[in-house]
Amino acid sequence: MKRTVDALAPTPGPSPRGGGEKARAVISARDLSLTFTTNDGPVHALSNINLDINEGEFVSLIGPSGCGKTTLLRVIADLEQPTGGSLSVNGMTPDEARQKRAYGYVFQQAALFPWRTIAANVGLPLEVMGLDKAEVARRVKENIALVNLAGFEKKYPWQLSGGMQQRASIARALSVEPAMLLMDEPFGALDEIVRDHLNVQLLKLWAKTQKTIVFVTHSIPEAVFLSTKIVVMSPRPGKIHEIIDCNLGTDRPLEIRETPEFLKIAQQVRDGLRAGHSYDD
Amino acid sequence: MMTSASVFRTRIIPVGTIVLAIIIAWYVAAYRMNAPFQRDQNERSNVTVNTSEFIAQTMSQPKPTMPAPHQVAVNLWKNTLGVKLSSNRSLVYHAGVTLSSTLLGFLMGTVLGIIIAVGIVHVPALDKSFLPWIIASQTIPMLAVAPMIIVILAAVNVTGILPKALISTYLSFFPVAVGMVKGLRSPEVMHLDLMRTYHASQWQTFWKLRAPASVPFFFTSIKVAVAASLVGAIVGELPTGAVAGIGSKLLAGSYYSQTIDVFAALIAGSIVAILLVVLVDIVGRFVNSRMGGRPA
Repeated sequence: MKRTVDALAPTPGPSPRGGGEKARAVISARDLSLTFTTNDGPVHALSNINLDINEGEFVSLIGPSGCGKTTLLRVIADLEQPTGGSLSVNGMTPDEARQKRAYGYVFQQAALFPWRTIAANVGLPLEVMGLDKAEVARRVKENIALVNLAGFEKKYPWQLSGGMQQRASIARALSVEPAMLLMDEPFGALDEIVRDHLNVQLLKLWAKTQKTIVFVTHSIPEAVFLSTKIVVMSPRPGKIHEIIDCNLGTDRPLEIRETPEFLKIAQQVRDGLRAGHSYDD
Repeated sequence: MMTSASVFRTRIIPVGTIVLAIIIAWYVAAYRMNAPFQRDQNERSNVTVNTSEFIAQTMSQPKPTMPAPHQVAVNLWKNTLGVKLSSNRSLVYHAGVTLSSTLLGFLMGTVLGIIIAVGIVHVPALDKSFLPWIIASQTIPMLAVAPMIIVILAAVNVTGILPKALISTYLSFFPVAVGMVKGLRSPEVMHLDLMRTYHASQWQTFWKLRAPASVPFFFTSIKVAVAASLVGAIVGELPTGAVAGIGSKLLAGSYYSQTIDVFAALIAGSIVAILLVVLVDIVGRFVNSRMGGRPA
């Protein structure tokens, strides 16, 4: 069954899956490097990263711990400063993009403020932006509904399950109405059943909102299930090993993970990780 | 909700046992410390008494070395409910005098402590330069310096409640400053990063994140601070030949060997301290529940 939400979506219609169309690059990295100076000498967290992410794409960064996938996301978010190369986010420097609130960031933990209700947490960035009360209320209501948390507005974070908390944090990220969503292993701390459920919901959300999503994960099935493009990274120094297109179409039920197409891409990702020495001792 | 039976089992029995043990120990101590004087006294006046009469005598001296609990209780009763509030004998009146300078000092100490903490958290130079001085300030034995402060301030015509309150301030700003530095730094890196992604100003980060995160630390530190303020106020009353306050009662009692008065004043002071700490605790719980805290 074709999802009806696509009909609601504004132009440019369904996302350019597979990147076949001519699309605008919202994130563009050229020879991007980041070296941390530590007592044990320099650590090359990122080395010569070249990457274009187009509008409306769902891009996963995958790799073992220490491959720099989270660091890359943090550089895009202007939470880390690169030491070399160039990076443009939405046509601006990362710093300008952050100041213009071009992205919403979702952390591995929900990171909700325990003293705020769910509604107040979702409204937090809007208060920071200085929006008026009516607009805050409108956006809070809209985004809470979007992540299916209507009815939980007045609850405090501890009264919600981990999965619901993470949904609230996604609503919070969306409430600033950003052009893109940066997600750092958002479901990594959740159990697999909740994770599957949220994966399906995230895909629906993506179809509905048309956001560009950059998604850090270390789960191959999650990356293949969600993405239009999978960036395989390898450690020491952190670099991009391979970029794999993932054309599984718009409609992706959980069962798709048993299909030969899915398994083929998963195998490709695994081969990429192996070739990047991710499985070495 | 706890049933009355379980309250009895979990609270009243253990607390009651300890209270009983203290009272028994106190009576034993009173007997042992008062006995030599009583024996001496009886020998001089050639009185022979049996054991139970002797024990009773040790418990009813007018100026005992160690007053017995019931003597203190009677004194406390007489000097609180037995006299008019305005009377110079009224412990309620004296406690009120001490309480007013305690609260003023506590208020000033809390404000000062918060200001220092905010400064230390936001200005890196203060963190390095100021904190050692603050810690050093608390190594000065306040008991020894208090008379000097009172006398010096009196010389520049600062008298009354303020000098006492300043000693309270001195003792109470420290726990608040240290606790609030920790509290204002308690937000996780993730929460701080989050505020950065919102392009929040330092001011917004303070009010929306650091300040609310510090609230539990705040209540823990003011609980210590309020008790320290009371000690400060009493110490401040000691050297002035103060006319009123728990401290003046302690001093007058020790001048005239009115040990029962001294003990009664001490207990009055403790009761004030307990009331203050309990009050802070109740406010803390209320605020915690208003901030969505899990009921403990």
